[in-house]
Amino acid sequence: MKVQIHISLKPGVLDPQGRAIHHALEGLGFSGVNDVRAGRLIELDVADDISDAQLDEMCSKLLANMVIENYRIEKLENA
Amino acid sequence: MAFRSAVITFPGSNCDRDMAVALENVSGTAPVRVWHGDAALPDNLDFIALPGGFSYGDYLRSGAMAARSPIMKAVIEAAARGVAVLGVCNGFQVLAEAQLLPGALMRNANQHFICRDVPLIVENDSSIFTNAYRKGETIRIPVAHHDGNFFADDDMLDRLEGEGRVAFRYAEACNGSRRDIAGVLNEAGNVLGMMPHPERAVETIHGGTDGRALFESAVKGLVAA
Repeated sequence: MKVQIHISLKPGVLDPQGRAIHHALEGLGFSGVNDVRAGRLIELDVADDISDAQLDEMCSKLLANMVIENYRIEKLENA
Repeated sequence: MAFRSAVITFPGSNCDRDMAVALENVSGTAPVRVWHGDAALPDNLDFIALPGGFSYGDYLRSGAMAARSPIMKAVIEAAARGVAVLGVCNGFQVLAEAQLLPGALMRNANQHFICRDVPLIVENDSSIFTNAYRKGETIRIPVAHHDGNFFADDDMLDRLEGEGRVAFRYAEACNGSRRDIAGVLNEAGNVLGMMPHPERAVETIHGGTDGRALFESAVKGLVAA
């Protein structure tokens, strides 16, 4: 089973990278972009019987830094 | 009695030799060099240094992989026993990722790699790392980092300041760090993480010697103890 881990900065944490991307989009002439937040996508290929608790633990122990980041786990069934 | 220290080398560390030279220069005794894959540290250490560099190529997050490498279990145990642990630059990032220190080091606010001498204000002159400085004095130490932007939430920042755990502060804006924090201590005061490189300001030939007092503080305090 494929599992996608979406990691994003917590609200309120400044995102210099997102700000630079925002600036670059404006530089290309795209208007109407209110804000940009950059994150990270990690795709895992895991055993089908892996538990939600194990996935949670992977995220909080390594994949995300809980001081500054949130994570969302998305299971891609049949993938 | 000799000063017993160790310098940890991770794959991608590049300031480990500078750190070892600084420790030997000030203490008179060469540190033991320890590889990240080792499971144990030498016995009876006074001081452990985690050097600067780009451990594991900064994969995932700066310091994230190194914080989970085999030797870090031993470092965490040593820190809990009260052994002095200094993390400089990438070493600070590793200590934060290992949760030996609070907060996180994010990409510099201006997105640039910053490499220059910076003025620092000494905020704590009573720790084992800083007792040879005077509180409030300004020192010059080089920084060289891309991810030095210290973040912690307001509650943690208030706590750090209230407990005297901010060791150094940038005297002028540097990398976007909250409250201009350049170095923090753990609750017990035996773990210090800082982005500036004191080991690059030890000998006159470095262009400045303001980092020397950090090592002198530790050598004096720990050898006498």
